[in-house]
Amino acid sequence: MSRKQRRLALIGTAVGVLGFALGLVLYAMRDSIVFFHAPADIQAKGVKPGTRFRLGGLVKEGSIQRGERQQIRFEVVDATSSIPVRYQGLLPDLFREGQGVVAEGVLEEAGIFNADTVLARHDEIYMPREVAEALKAQGHWQGEKGTKR
Amino acid sequence: MLIEAGHFALALALGLSLVQFAVPLWGARANDPVLMNVGSPVALAVLACVAFSFAALTFAYATSDFSVVNVVENSHSAKPFIYKLTGVWGNHEGSMLLWILILTLFGGVVAVSKNSVPTRLRANTLAVQACVTIAFLVFILMTSNPFTRVSPAPFEGRDLNPILQDPGLAIHPPLLYVGYVGFSITFAFAVAALLDGRIDAVWARAVRPWTLAAWCFLTLGIAMGSYWAYYELGWGGWWFWDPVENASLMPWLAGTALVHSTVVMEKREALKVWTILLAILAFSLSLLGTFLVRSGVLTSVHSFAVDPARGVFILAILIFFIGGSLTLFAIRAPVLRQGGIFAPVSREGALVLNNLFLSSACATVFVGTLYPLALEALTGAKISVGAPFFNFTFIPIAVPLLLLLPLGQSMAWKRGDLLGTAQRLYWVLGAAAAVGLILIAATVGGPVAAPLGAALGLFVILGAANEIVTRSWRPGQRLATAWLRARGLPRSIWGTALAHAGVGVTAIGIAATAWSVETIATVRLGERIAAGPYEARLDSVVPRTGPNYREEAARLTVLSGDNEIGAVETAKRVYVTRGTPTTEAGILTRGVSQVYVSFGDRQADGGVGLRLFYKPLVLLIWLGAAVMALGGAISLTDRRFRVGAPARAKAAPLAVPAE
Repeated sequence: MSRKQRRLALIGTAVGVLGFALGLVLYAMRDSIVFFHAPADIQAKGVKPGTRFRLGGLVKEGSIQRGERQQIRFEVVDATSSIPVRYQGLLPDLFREGQGVVAEGVLEEAGIFNADTVLARHDEIYMPREVAEALKAQGHWQGEKGTKR
Repeated sequence: MLIEAGHFALALALGLSLVQFAVPLWGARANDPVLMNVGSPVALAVLACVAFSFAALTFAYATSDFSVVNVVENSHSAKPFIYKLTGVWGNHEGSMLLWILILTLFGGVVAVSKNSVPTRLRANTLAVQACVTIAFLVFILMTSNPFTRVSPAPFEGRDLNPILQDPGLAIHPPLLYVGYVGFSITFAFAVAALLDGRIDAVWARAVRPWTLAAWCFLTLGIAMGSYWAYYELGWGGWWFWDPVENASLMPWLAGTALVHSTVVMEKREALKVWTILLAILAFSLSLLGTFLVRSGVLTSVHSFAVDPARGVFILAILIFFIGGSLTLFAIRAPVLRQGGIFAPVSREGALVLNNLFLSSACATVFVGTLYPLALEALTGAKISVGAPFFNFTFIPIAVPLLLLLPLGQSMAWKRGDLLGTAQRLYWVLGAAAAVGLILIAATVGGPVAAPLGAALGLFVILGAANEIVTRSWRPGQRLATAWLRARGLPRSIWGTALAHAGVGVTAIGIAATAWSVETIATVRLGERIAAGPYEARLDSVVPRTGPNYREEAARLTVLSGDNEIGAVETAKRVYVTRGTPTTEAGILTRGVSQVYVSFGDRQADGGVGLRLFYKPLVLLIWLGAAVMALGGAISLTDRRFRVGAPARAKAAPLAVPAE
């Protein structure tokens, strides 16, 4: 093989592998990306039932109902709307009424959000960033309460 | 007083770093050996200053000096002593100080290392290293001073985030930082070579130990962090594709590629330009990781406090070093002389392929991590890129890499023989395929990915073993002779084989996660829940008080059939000062498999919500990483890295044994 052929083989392989990686990325981008919505966005943006997304807001005071086999229902609220959420499983340590929460799952026909993952803040100064920003955008933010400095 | 002295020492270190930057660089330009040699003692002086400063802060933590803001915010007098010490780096300011300490420590080691680094290369390297130190010292002094006082001093501190109060945290950040910062040395060497316009096998041999050492520590650091998340967060997962985890995985992938490409440079003087680029990229990704974690762009356990000024500052550092070094690279790279040539089918070719796969994997992780940030900045849309994306893109790239690994490893340099190499691996392939088929047959109805992944891991392990065998044994020879030969193989051969076997071990552990079983149930006293072959019986639930927390602990007996095989305890803790609850998982280890219990909620009717996992072979994930790091460490002791070491009477042979 001449030097030129060697170089071509090298470049060809490089383009092949990188192209493969790029293809994977583009394909995965179509399916595995999850959008974030606040309860108010769901009507405003017309999110269709059956779509998978992350729902973020505050757990409504007095809305937590525990059922059999660790079923739990609660409502996620922001300034204007509220969405009922259903979840089965163990909740994070910091899941509480009146606190920020992010739930990932699918919106069902009846308007109930069926969550398979529930994330809460990690400590008392942590509010999921998306939640904080959504609340700020709606003028519902009550200052940097509890934030250091 | 000690606190102010610590603060002053940091400022002094900054002044000395300016000397360490300017004088050797000037010396290298003017070709003045006296000026070039100034770098080494000054680097040691900088190290002494920073070490003193770090000791002062540690002393403040050890004695709970609540007149220091940093101690007030992250410590408590009732906190166990060990966590008072580890609390030093459990916060933004302290962890940046640790970063700088490790940076200057590496500078100090370069300064005193007696291996044959040419004077000019050493001078330039120390100057570049000083440049990084200056940037971070200015950063800490301007925006993140750990020595700020408060008056009047509060009576009590606010305690450390409870999930950070754990032995895992004592080791994880230092290991990770040694890895991150270790790449600053290879970066400094790369920039020094570009400044000089000269790069050769001597350069590669000088850089390789640093790359290997940084890589070993980063491997251990990531594994430690993963194990910590596994047992401390109580979710039973070991890798979440969290942006912060990705931030450490990217430099690891680039570093792994670099470890392999420096081999080619050292042996064959090929891939020069690519190696330099990788050295720059590995450290750039480390800096990017620091930026992502420290700037508050991401919210996670790791982002301690959000302060926009810091984010902007780190971003400026990032742009300066990455932009500067890449510009220098663009100007100087064409000057570098091309090295040895090789056929596409050869060890070099295989290593190029390895580099391609590793950098593609790194690129997909990069895209997945930064795409949401970029999209939000550009369009305001908020998305999250989670595990499905990464699993879909990363695994298809990792699998061919592992399939080709044993093949490339036993290929000859310069021009390889694909058929001959494959023939030597027939038994390896056969054995792995047989085990895979047996596993598939034994677990019909179960996930197919698990036996395939396990067979792949086994293929890599046996391939590594085959490497040692074919080098030391020919059919018909006595085993004793083979053993003697095997012992006489260069340590780098053993190190390579071990590290590759470690990759296989980790792959088996990861594949086996598909066999894990999870059960969630509400359990009353005396009741049992089952997961896989094991059952757990709830024996008691007791409230207790620890030094700085209260907890409710559930004790369970683990049974296999009707045999009691052990007891586990899981607890829901509340740390009093912060009012933060945490879950302490209970883990019973059987061989390399584990039974994992975590405490959910106390139900109104007196039952306890429990999550029980059976995780077969799960420990292999981290054991494999430990084996990889061990392999790297053994490679590091190879005699060729000690060439010129005065302690050895017998000079090491100049020629490297043929491979």
